Amino acid sequence: MRLRLEVNGRRRSADVPPMKRLLDVLREDFALTGTKEGCGEGECGACAVLVDGALVNSCLVAACQAAGTKIRTVEGLADGNAGATGLHPIQQAFWERGGAQCGICTPGMLMAAAALLATNAKPTEFEIREALAGNLCRCTGYVKIVEAVAAAARAKPSQRRTGRDAG
Amino acid sequence: MRNERPGGSNLRQRALRVVGKNVLRHEGFGKLTGRARYVADLDVPGAWWGVTVRAPHARARLLEIRRDPSFEWGGAVVVTADDLARFGRTNIVALIGEDQPFLVAGLAEHPEEAVALVAAPTREAAERAAAHLEARYEELPSELDFERATTTFKKYEIHKGKLVRAFPLAHHIVTGTYRSGHQEQAYIENNGVVAFPPDPARGGIREVRGSMQCPFYIVAALARLFGEPRERMRVVQSTTGGGFGGKEEFPSMIAGHAALLAEACGRPVRMLYDRAEDMAATTKRHPARVTHRTALDRQGRILGMEIDVLLDGGAYSTLSPVVLSRAVLHAAGPYACDNLRITGRVVKTNTPPNGAFRGFGVPQVAFALERHLDRVAAHIGIDPVELRRRNLLEDGGTTATGQAVSDAGASRQALDAVLARSKWAATKRAHAAWNRKNTGKRRGLGLACYFHGTGFTGNGEIELASVAAVELLARGFVRVRTSSTEIGQGTRTVFAQIVAETLGLPYERVETFDPDTALVPDSGPTVASRTVAIVGRIVADAARALDRALAAQAGRKPGEPWAAREFERVGAAYLAAGGDPFFCARFSNPSRQEFDDVRYVGDAYAAYAWAATVVEVEVDLASFEVSVRRVTSAQEIGRAIHPRLAEGQLEGGLAQALGWGLFEEVVMRGGRMANGQLTNYVLPTAIDIPTIDLVLLERPYQHGPFGAKGIGELPMDGGAPAAVNAIADALAIDLDRIPATPERIALAWGAKAAAETSA
Repeated sequence: MRLRLEVNGRRRSADVPPMKRLLDVLREDFALTGTKEGCGEGECGACAVLVDGALVNSCLVAACQAAGTKIRTVEGLADGNAGATGLHPIQQAFWERGGAQCGICTPGMLMAAAALLATNAKPTEFEIREALAGNLCRCTGYVKIVEAVAAAARAKPSQRRTGRDAG
Repeated sequence: MRNERPGGSNLRQRALRVVGKNVLRHEGFGKLTGRARYVADLDVPGAWWGVTVRAPHARARLLEIRRDPSFEWGGAVVVTADDLARFGRTNIVALIGEDQPFLVAGLAEHPEEAVALVAAPTREAAERAAAHLEARYEELPSELDFERATTTFKKYEIHKGKLVRAFPLAHHIVTGTYRSGHQEQAYIENNGVVAFPPDPARGGIREVRGSMQCPFYIVAALARLFGEPRERMRVVQSTTGGGFGGKEEFPSMIAGHAALLAEACGRPVRMLYDRAEDMAATTKRHPARVTHRTALDRQGRILGMEIDVLLDGGAYSTLSPVVLSRAVLHAAGPYACDNLRITGRVVKTNTPPNGAFRGFGVPQVAFALERHLDRVAAHIGIDPVELRRRNLLEDGGTTATGQAVSDAGASRQALDAVLARSKWAATKRAHAAWNRKNTGKRRGLGLACYFHGTGFTGNGEIELASVAAVELLARGFVRVRTSSTEIGQGTRTVFAQIVAETLGLPYERVETFDPDTALVPDSGPTVASRTVAIVGRIVADAARALDRALAAQAGRKPGEPWAAREFERVGAAYLAAGGDPFFCARFSNPSRQEFDDVRYVGDAYAAYAWAATVVEVEVDLASFEVSVRRVTSAQEIGRAIHPRLAEGQLEGGLAQALGWGLFEEVVMRGGRMANGQLTNYVLPTAIDIPTIDLVLLERPYQHGPFGAKGIGELPMDGGAPAAVNAIADALAIDLDRIPATPERIALAWGAKAAAETSA
């Protein structure tokens, strides 16, 4: 099929089998390798992206389901939201607070955090933990990730435009 | 170049400017923006895909491998053990023992053992071709129960004092047997490599890139496989998505496979395991059975300890001898005991080989000992805290091998700190009141004290003789060259801090280098909590050599901090005069460590880090689900070079330990992992792990860089026993096996109820 969709604000298209995983479309057809595969069965969340603002595991989405949608991946997270370092406030908070160790879960974690803060500007610690519970991290014990998301939530609201409105 | 001041202290009187600060990570930006290239992200034009055909049986004779004659084989290459023999390759994965082949030749010793390799232009084509290979086997009897296994890979014994005199004097003798299961490393990035065919334009260089902890282990393995000099092997680490030991020895296997296929098809070959293959075929933590027999006096002081450690090695010895060695050396814990006998054995079973995993044998023995001490306390009727207080080592106390450790009393400091911070006594009282209420839940508190030796065991570091280098660059910059890999811990950041502090330069003036064996010296493997404490010290020595050269150039005294501008000017003059920009240093045994590795007596480790952890749990009496309410841990680590990264190591290790103790159960059927998916192998999530309250204690290790000890593995050792002790406390039950799943807790609760009824 001819897949047409918008990725990180850019119109893209590709000839792909309709059941090709969105994860593979992003990585192979659009060379956006920031989205990672950890398990291929929707458990680890390393492949999480925003589809029309909603957090999904891209390993469980077929290309045909993504037709006509607006996708946001880690590569486009900071678009229109970048601070002085070129990073989105959530990325900046992860950097400063040790939210990324090996980094393989980080793109998915960032997208999950962005999805949370788009709908809940002042999450409690439990709300943060619940929102990240679909994303496995084996390095951090989650402590510094939760701290980073809380810190990003405390950043000025103008710096926090994410998810749906940024899609 | 040897450090000219061996034994000299790194500790400087002047205030530290970079060390001890939470500088921004070197490895940060790429990982946060999706730009970091992991092996699956590498763009390798013309690369084929490699896949592995694996044995289905626990043990079998491979009779033949037949290629389906109706299949079009032109688009694929196949490699079997026969091909290795035909081309004069050595079918042995070089490690300690020499028993593991790259490909089955005759006898298949475990399920999932590699039997044949196939490469084709796409993964689908390779899998299709592999499906047309028919391997025939004759099944053979297998051994799957390590407690009954009879083939021993390695044995150790440690003797101290006179055990036969201790037991007759005992007022109490308490015995116990404790069991722990496999654990999957479960790095989120699976194992994977890309291998390139030998390049005739570059003298036949064979190149491998991939996810790994130990580039030079792969160099050694490829050199052995191909019978070629090590200089012809080039191994480059790509950004690596976690290791935890699971990328210590296994990458030698997959790198060899990919290199064989690359040579066969004359193209680069990618081998990327998916989760199912990674969980089925790669190494795990050794299952263990540990038996204790402990003699105590009336006051609860330990008079004698008899400890037996049995580990399940799986089908090949791989790293099992050294895992067992570290296990027996830590089996008596951070406790004073004048009379002991520790015996250890690792045996062969027909399962995939067990291997390196953070903690390396210590979590198993720490679980057994710390659970046993709670049982001892219950048996003799004293408080578990008091029992530990009466027996923990003091400064200068001796370990099981008779090593006098000057800072061993740090374990007492850690205990005091964690009791105070967790409000142990007040929480116990609150629990007693809360548990009397009829809530359908019970709360409990558990404690564990533990320690971990820094670096390779015994004479290992002397034999490794690791080398690190710093390079003087133009414009006053310095670059660190080591083979120590960044796998999430922050290796590059910490090395840059150590060099910046040593020279007195700003952190931003120090660059780091990709571990590429063509361009870095062999600083040894990234394992054994050795990167900061051992390699970091060598890096500091190399920086001091640079400092001396530039100080001589400038006619000033070495050892004084440089102003960045002056460093730049003097460095430029030095280079202009034709000075060598590379400064190397080699491990110099600064602590004068001496170990008798036959009798197992002496300095088993250069230094030890010490810790105590308290876990508070709530157990549901209907579902027996455990929720971890609070984790408090005091960890004495010498010096935190980067406190936030150090905390990240400690928090992550504690979470992994709680996973092992509570959730992570590898179910083996017929020698094969039956739950090899993240769907049914349960890893802790963000809602399973509470905020971890950490106390960092620092008693600088004289010979570590700025006092640092090894910390990577320490937190893995004590989380599980603290959690299980808390469950036992909550329900007043005995638990002797982990993971403490709801099913096991329910059984123990039921047994207690039955015993109470019959009494």
